[in-house]
Amino acid sequence: MLGKTAGSLFWMARYLERSENNARLIDAGFRIALTRSATAPAEWKSVLETAGVVDAYKAANAEFTSARVVDFLLRDPANPSSILSIVKQARDNARTARTHLTREMWEAVNTGWMTLVALLKRPVREDDLPDVLATIRRQNSQVRGALTGTMLRNDGFDFAELGTFLERADNTARILDVKYYLLLPSVAHIGSSIDNVQWETILRSVSALRAYRWLYGAEISALKIAEFLILYAQMPRSLAFCCERMAEHLGRIQHLYGEETEAGRMATALCSNRLAGPIQSIFDGGLHEYLRGFLTANAALARQVELDYRFVE
Amino acid sequence: MERAGFIRFFDEMTNQEGGIRAPYREYCQWFDGEDAARIAQKAKQAEAFFRTIGITFNVYGAEGGDERLIPFDVVPRIIAAGEWRRLSRGIEQRVRALNAFLHDIYHRQEILRAGRVPTELIARNDAFLPMMMGMDPPGGVYTHISGIDIVRTGPDEFYVLEDNARTPSGVSYMLENRETMLQMFPELFAKVPVREVGDYPINLLKSLSACAPPMCGGTPTVAVLTPGIHNSAYFEHSFLADQMGAELVEGHDLRVVGGRIAMRTTRGYRPIDVLYRRVDDDFLDPLNFRSDSLLGVPGIWDVYRAGGITIANAPGTGIADDKALYSYMPDIIEFYTGEKALLPNVPTWRCSEPEHLREVLDRLPELVVKEVHGSGGYGMLVGPAASKKEIAAFRAKLEANPRNYIAQPTLSLSTVPIFTKKGLAPRHVDLRPFVLMSPQGITITPGGLTRVAMTKGSLVVNSSQGGGTKDTWVLED
Repeated sequence: MLGKTAGSLFWMARYLERSENNARLIDAGFRIALTRSATAPAEWKSVLETAGVVDAYKAANAEFTSARVVDFLLRDPANPSSILSIVKQARDNARTARTHLTREMWEAVNTGWMTLVALLKRPVREDDLPDVLATIRRQNSQVRGALTGTMLRNDGFDFAELGTFLERADNTARILDVKYYLLLPSVAHIGSSIDNVQWETILRSVSALRAYRWLYGAEISALKIAEFLILYAQMPRSLAFCCERMAEHLGRIQHLYGEETEAGRMATALCSNRLAGPIQSIFDGGLHEYLRGFLTANAALARQVELDYRFVE
Repeated sequence: MERAGFIRFFDEMTNQEGGIRAPYREYCQWFDGEDAARIAQKAKQAEAFFRTIGITFNVYGAEGGDERLIPFDVVPRIIAAGEWRRLSRGIEQRVRALNAFLHDIYHRQEILRAGRVPTELIARNDAFLPMMMGMDPPGGVYTHISGIDIVRTGPDEFYVLEDNARTPSGVSYMLENRETMLQMFPELFAKVPVREVGDYPINLLKSLSACAPPMCGGTPTVAVLTPGIHNSAYFEHSFLADQMGAELVEGHDLRVVGGRIAMRTTRGYRPIDVLYRRVDDDFLDPLNFRSDSLLGVPGIWDVYRAGGITIANAPGTGIADDKALYSYMPDIIEFYTGEKALLPNVPTWRCSEPEHLREVLDRLPELVVKEVHGSGGYGMLVGPAASKKEIAAFRAKLEANPRNYIAQPTLSLSTVPIFTKKGLAPRHVDLRPFVLMSPQGITITPGGLTRVAMTKGSLVVNSSQGGGTKDTWVLED
């Protein structure tokens, strides 16, 4: 397949995953803003940081109010990473790679985009927000359904999945990194109710609050949250899960092409070097340093994939 | 001259006594038994269907590069087997002549020496490509794909309105219109024997493969070259590539490797044998043509000349679309085939000739005036539909540069009904059949794309001007 097409499938999947992650972030932020209005501005700031757009936001806005932040994240033309703009880019990539998508797959992406354009024509009212966010997530589920249900399991599929898990790992690591200070065991007010709400928000941001309870019971502790989101390989948004998938899809591509690549080696190394645990040793070495290191390695892997598989010249 | 209100148009469905013409009988029987609300419902579904699959086009100059739908009408345009036989013979003759003409003007130029076509029409024509002189395109084919626009004015009166050999578009609509009709009204196709159009992509692939260049070893690799997702016809480009199982490439995917044009795949550069390009000549090769072009491939011209790639259609083919040259087509056909043209031209005034110009200026309000190199319905005047102000403005343009224009009588284009809220209503139509040419012969898909002016009384069918399309049925014998 064309290098450009592989790149388009990779980026289509990344953008779609990003839009869904951002929808989750907004959802979690919105809940805090509703229930604890005093901490809302700080929470919105951290949402913007996680999405990587806090500077763009501050350039045009003085305060972190719910309505402004939500509009900025959903549809503001001043935000190149708004959900509307991200989904547009996902669709443009899908159009570029259209000859390598099934009809169902293309229609899921295109319908998602058309639905979103209609929903985000004007600012979303507060009481409509949960519905809008749910729709974004639902549209993405349809795309994933079409991807796994109709696409040939060839290199195109692997490149799309690679994009999904690379983006997801990036997102989970960012959420943890923005909130890492809450997870540091040395912070004095451990166990206070504020922390519990904040920790719950972290889990909510990755749709994993209930999964966590099933696994660990009622006790929410920093160490366990970190372990759950970093090392627990059955959790589909954990770093361990994402990295295993990346290594798996790169393994399939290498096998199909009969050629080993640097990207393949890096993905395997990411799994074995950074995700071996235990969680205590990660905390001992510094959680923030660990997460920064992970994000850097993940971004380097993305660049190497682009290079090894000739996405661009 | 007839007064406007009294011009009688030929309707393809009903004859003057109000009866149904033979090709439409079975369809009308079915239609009469249908509930109008149900058909209206289906028409709505069709629109949603077109939007979801993204059969949209971008309107140049429209705000924000809007993606728009071409309106689709659910009433088919039906052509009898006998009518089609006649038409297809005329089309085949015309395409053969066009190809022979192109070969001639890029070689010995016999037709110019014989004085049948004026030399300056070629020599001073921007679409003439001197670099093609003496070049033999693989298989001797120039017009791999062409679209011949045909209009009808009476039961037995068909005219060729335009030749499109540069990069004819619209074939994806022909195919998707049929697909849509099959999904909406499957029972109709059990009642009425309609000829298939769905094998066009496979025929296209076969036809292109049969023109592989000398350096091709084994099964030819075909690719479609598109300017990219912002081009108005991008849907069609991706559709055709997809249907042929060919890669859809852009200029930046290609480069010259080892004397071949190669595409950058995930596993390195792989050679292409046949390039179905949907970019104009000017943009093909920034080294040899427009240096500012980012759409083409630097050096492709040299590879082409060395027999390393087939470019379809061949560079320099666009001259066949020239509307001044069009007026010589009856001579051109006779010159190369030794036969009279089976399909007549529309009478045409060449504004470059003083006496023609004088007559055109005198009769401007009743004529259609077109730019010689124009297409898509841009830059033309439809006299009877224009205001005095528009006519005056056009007159000034015409006088300033007469060579740039031709004029034709306003034809009483035939009508076919469209489905409206108030029932069936006649609208003017034209027809673009698609023709494939290879060393193995000429293939014409039965029917083609019927374009229809959706506005009452309008004679402009171009999609860029609000025209729509219909499924076109050629009946089995």
